[in-house]
Amino acid sequence: MDPTRFIARHVVNLPRSGIRDFFEVVSKMQDVISLGIGEPDFDTPWHIREAAIYALEKGKTHYTSNLGLIELRRAINRYVEKNFGISYRPEEEILVTVGVSEALDIAFRALVNPGDKVMFHQPCYVSYHPSITLTHGEAVPVPTYAKDNFALTAEALAAAWQPDSKLLMLNLPCNPTGGTCDQRQIEAIAKFCVEKDLVVLSDEIYSELTYEGSHTSIASLPGMKERTVFLHGFSKAFAMTGWRIGYACGPATLIEAMMKVHQYSMMCASIISQEAAIEALLRGEDGMKAMREQYQRRRDFIVRRFNEIGLKCHLPRGSFYAFPCVEKTGLKETDFAMGLLQAEHVAMVPGTAFGANGTGFCRACFATGYDQLIEAADRIERHVQKLAAKR
Amino acid sequence: MNPLIKLLLEGGGLSTGQMAQVLNLSEAEVNRQLDQLKKDRLLLGWRPVLNLAEEEAGVVRAVIEVRITPERGGGFNRLAERISRFDEVESCYLMSGGYDLLVFVNGSSLQKVAGFVSEKLSTLEGVLSTATHFLLRTYKEQGFLLDVKVAENDRLKITP
Repeated sequence: MDPTRFIARHVVNLPRSGIRDFFEVVSKMQDVISLGIGEPDFDTPWHIREAAIYALEKGKTHYTSNLGLIELRRAINRYVEKNFGISYRPEEEILVTVGVSEALDIAFRALVNPGDKVMFHQPCYVSYHPSITLTHGEAVPVPTYAKDNFALTAEALAAAWQPDSKLLMLNLPCNPTGGTCDQRQIEAIAKFCVEKDLVVLSDEIYSELTYEGSHTSIASLPGMKERTVFLHGFSKAFAMTGWRIGYACGPATLIEAMMKVHQYSMMCASIISQEAAIEALLRGEDGMKAMREQYQRRRDFIVRRFNEIGLKCHLPRGSFYAFPCVEKTGLKETDFAMGLLQAEHVAMVPGTAFGANGTGFCRACFATGYDQLIEAADRIERHVQKLAAKR
Repeated sequence: MNPLIKLLLEGGGLSTGQMAQVLNLSEAEVNRQLDQLKKDRLLLGWRPVLNLAEEEAGVVRAVIEVRITPERGGGFNRLAERISRFDEVESCYLMSGGYDLLVFVNGSSLQKVAGFVSEKLSTLEGVLSTATHFLLRTYKEQGFLLDVKVAENDRLKITP
């Protein structure tokens, strides 16, 4: 008897993440330099870890309010107001979640009716498309292009827009491209959203890791706060991926709707992580800036090397990902990545793992030590030269 | 801050060749900048950071609080410099608070350190008093934790 028939149709049809296939191969290999990791190489700063230990010692082992600790929500409000220029009422406009992933999931579940069209830019984080499918929404991908440094443009949005589009999912700066929008571009997108009456989910998890110019949240633009759910977390900027802690801010009615889903599925985020998050917000800024400086130097190095090697790579304005084009090698990105892994033991993730628009590209995470980056670049260079000699 | 200094402060222990690659400079240029930093007395020199507890010969270290009389015209500087020039003195700082100089001293044995304090340091004219504290155990040295094993890197090799 095949138990497959018990599985819900929309889950059976859900494709496996392209990253997982690649992971299976990499995990069996030794001595791999991995540029395929989507997280900081730094451990969480000690003062944050110590705050969590202290919380345990104090007996902070219980449930918290569904919305999260009020002290944390107050700290989030101060942080978001200071850094993004948007103020949210801690009592009803902020919800603490188990990472941005959960925030995203409950936002889709709270907002999407079956058949609702959800726009999102692609290449993008692996979970957006499946999350839309899981809520029976209809995914409407909007391409971003290397010629725009993978910034989302209002023109591309307008071209992809379909009647009955309800929601726009943003991730700026973007995983995997590092693309983000400048002030003028984000204003044009905001104008489009107001015109088309779209509600916006804005995943700004990489916003602190913006290297050139400043980051503008779409929620801070006129007419946008009331139609935007701002999603953020601690994983990237504070090197806290394993703590699974994030938050959503938005109009009270939307947060209340998300909270309903959250209270029945998750109850609340881990109190230990919440206590650590308070410490991160209160005293984590200097450590975060020091990490950002290091990422920037690593970015400058690896992007320069990719271009020297002949794999054309735009300068990602944000995140810790470079997204070089490997088409020049004459290989598909999946074949290039697999060949590089087999021959030189360097792992990069094929761009198509992040959607069809990633064709021809690979993602290289530069959140790793200089010695590893230098060695990886040398190995990639050797591999590309060998490929060229063969042709 | 000079990008080269920032890179040095990160403490990655990179070779000049690696620093040149990261900073997009020639190795000769990195060496030239290092020389310039030395000439400017911003970069004073290089020292290994050792875990001396692992060294069999052993080193005795002491911290000494020294009270001294400031001089008209020179303040604390002349005497502080005079103390600093002894080979036994590793570091010397002018402090606020209950004493004036904090002096880090090392020697191959307790007797040698004690001898330095009683014969050299406390007999200097202008030194009013000394209080010597011997270091018993080091937990962190120049940013390096001593008794913490380097954790196995158990990060997943591929994550989204």
